[in-house]
Amino acid sequence: MYAYDEIDRTLVNERVSEFRDQVQRRLSGELTEDEFKMLRLQNGVYLQLHAYMFRVAIPYGTLASNQLRQLAHVARKYDRGYGHFTTRQNIQFNWIKLSDLPDALADLAEVGIHAMQTSGNNMRNVTSDQWAGVAPGEIEDPRIWSELIRQHTTLHPEFSFLPRKFKIAITASDHDRAAIKVHDIGLRLIKNEKGETGFEVLVGGGLGRTPFIGKTIKHFVHGRDLLSYIEAILRVYNQYGRRDNIYKARIKILVHELGIEKFSREVEEEWQHIRNSSLQIDDEVIEDIRSRFIYPAYEKLPHMPDELRQAAADPDFEAWRKNSVAAHKNPGYSIVTISLKPIGAPPGDATAEQMDALADLADKYSFGEIRVGHEQNLALPHVAKRDLPALWKALDKLGLATPNVNLITDIIACPGLDYCSLANARSIPIAQELTRRFANHELANLIGRLHINISGCINACGHHHVGHIGILGVEKNGEEVYQITIGGRADESAALGNLIGPGVKFDEVADVIEDIVEAYLALRERPEELFVDTVKRLGVEPFKERVYATR
Amino acid sequence: MTSPLQKKLKISDSSVVTANRTWDGVVVYRTAAKGWSADLADAAIVRNSDEAKALLAEAVADDVGAIGPYIAPVQIGEDGKILPGNLREQIRRDGVTIDLPV
Ligand code: HEM
Ligand code: SF4
Repeated sequence: MYAYDEIDRTLVNERVSEFRDQVQRRLSGELTEDEFKMLRLQNGVYLQLHAYMFRVAIPYGTLASNQLRQLAHVARKYDRGYGHFTTRQNIQFNWIKLSDLPDALADLAEVGIHAMQTSGNNMRNVTSDQWAGVAPGEIEDPRIWSELIRQHTTLHPEFSFLPRKFKIAITASDHDRAAIKVHDIGLRLIKNEKGETGFEVLVGGGLGRTPFIGKTIKHFVHGRDLLSYIEAILRVYNQYGRRDNIYKARIKILVHELGIEKFSREVEEEWQHIRNSSLQIDDEVIEDIRSRFIYPAYEKLPHMPDELRQAAADPDFEAWRKNSVAAHKNPGYSIVTISLKPIGAPPGDATAEQMDALADLADKYSFGEIRVGHEQNLALPHVAKRDLPALWKALDKLGLATPNVNLITDIIACPGLDYCSLANARSIPIAQELTRRFANHELANLIGRLHINISGCINACGHHHVGHIGILGVEKNGEEVYQITIGGRADESAALGNLIGPGVKFDEVADVIEDIVEAYLALRERPEELFVDTVKRLGVEPFKERVYATR
Repeated sequence: MTSPLQKKLKISDSSVVTANRTWDGVVVYRTAAKGWSADLADAAIVRNSDEAKALLAEAVADDVGAIGPYIAPVQIGEDGKILPGNLREQIRRDGVTIDLPV
């Protein structure tokens, strides 16, 4: 956990009273919607189809149990008893009233949570690996650096009125769980030959209307230069970014138009002016942040306790353990992923009851800590192996032990036309139907790792471009039509998927996906060849044939 | 941002003006009595661009009442009942097409 200081608390509280005043002036008519809109967006308040939506930041995906309880409280008191975890370590409430928002924000502020920079053209929540600090083989906890950037950029005037929103993600593991290649800036924490900490810096990734995979702009930036280097990138962006055209305003377009060589020369030049300024980070600053991340007092526990050995006789437990439990840097402990993708339910939703119960389980089994990942699942980061069977029983009772993490039913989906005012088509019912089709866990296991991502419009909040199977909803003559891509991926080998052919209707989507999966099962060379690898080997053609031959 | 009044209007069918109520975000429809109602049945129906423009202008002026007003298509049933003109408007009237988790 990270311990915030007085400055943070004051800032968050001041922000709440400021917003309370703004809401009052809006409701009395003193502020028009045009004047108010930017103010509400700066506090995470959007307008959806049925109501306001309230987006709350979960910095680098780390939550304390008391914070999760407070989110449950907000869901219960001001919303309809549930919340929706997003792909950027945020939670959204879908039914909140503007008149209740100041109180909701004040309640969250009590536990150090806020909604600053969860929307608007500023630096958004800096995301990180949900296994940060516990993943085996990790170079260093990437949250230290996320926090450094958070402190530097929060409410920083230079980053509050950018041409467009700006998203940074950081990873420190070989396997990228933070999707750094589809962020405006992606940072991979590495060490140089001298053993010094620094970053490979990627720039210009992003999805939406014009998707790009981020490109490496510098192979090694020393940790002490991280802020000045990011600032140099942002200055070049601030100067040249297309403010005239919202569709061309993201940094990915600028990088693409200038070319990465020219862009990096501009950044380099800017950087030389500022790298030896006050932006250079002293070791003490990093040490101070590091000291505020408090790690649990792990016990020395057996790698294979009796409890685990006995529970192995239960096939249901084993199925869950093999699927949802991952190795921890401390061999007596595990990282447990909590699937928010039960069969037939909207991906990423959790009820207030589930959140409360999970907070209790975190207290009992995970030193009071919960993590939020970009796949719209949660995790308990420090579970003693001997506690796994008891935890599993408790999770199962709550409907939180579906053993489908990284499988075909672990679908990422945006809210789509059921909630979102920008949508062309629905996403959630498509996800629900697909989970029913592949509800059999043996079948899902046979298929193996397969990520389906669904977006209800070209903004790509469901990351459809980088889904192994991507589904994009469009509208054609007043009807919902879905374009299907295959071969995308969001990890360290990030790639954009390729369209398999003409769009298909709402009712046909699940059949088409079944066809694609059947084709894969027939075409793969061996059971270990993942769906994406088969697509890579064979291309789109055989899948296309299978899908359209009979249609 | 372009004001909704500056957007080109082409209305061939029956339409209403809809928005979200400012204080709670609930979907509302502009009524003939220069107010807002959460019930589509109370909506004022417009049938050509001039009528639509006039109703929209009035709605835009009531910025404290509701936000983001726009013209939405409706269908008039045989019994005279006002029905949403597309899926989006149907979802706005009836709520999500899925079961809520609670
Ligand atoms: C209903 C409320 C929402 C609205 C109005 C909204 C709007 C947008 C828009 C306009 C963009 C494109 C921005 C651009 O390319 O410049 C975008 C991107 C994005 N949204 Fe949303 N969104 C909503 C909900 C969500 C949810 C629920 C999630 C998570 C599940 C999400 C995750 C994202 C992500 C990750 C991107 C980035 C894609 C990229 O890299 O360009 N959004 N959103
Ligand atoms: S992808 Fe489109 S439909 Fe889905 S949440 Fe984003 S803006 Fe809405």
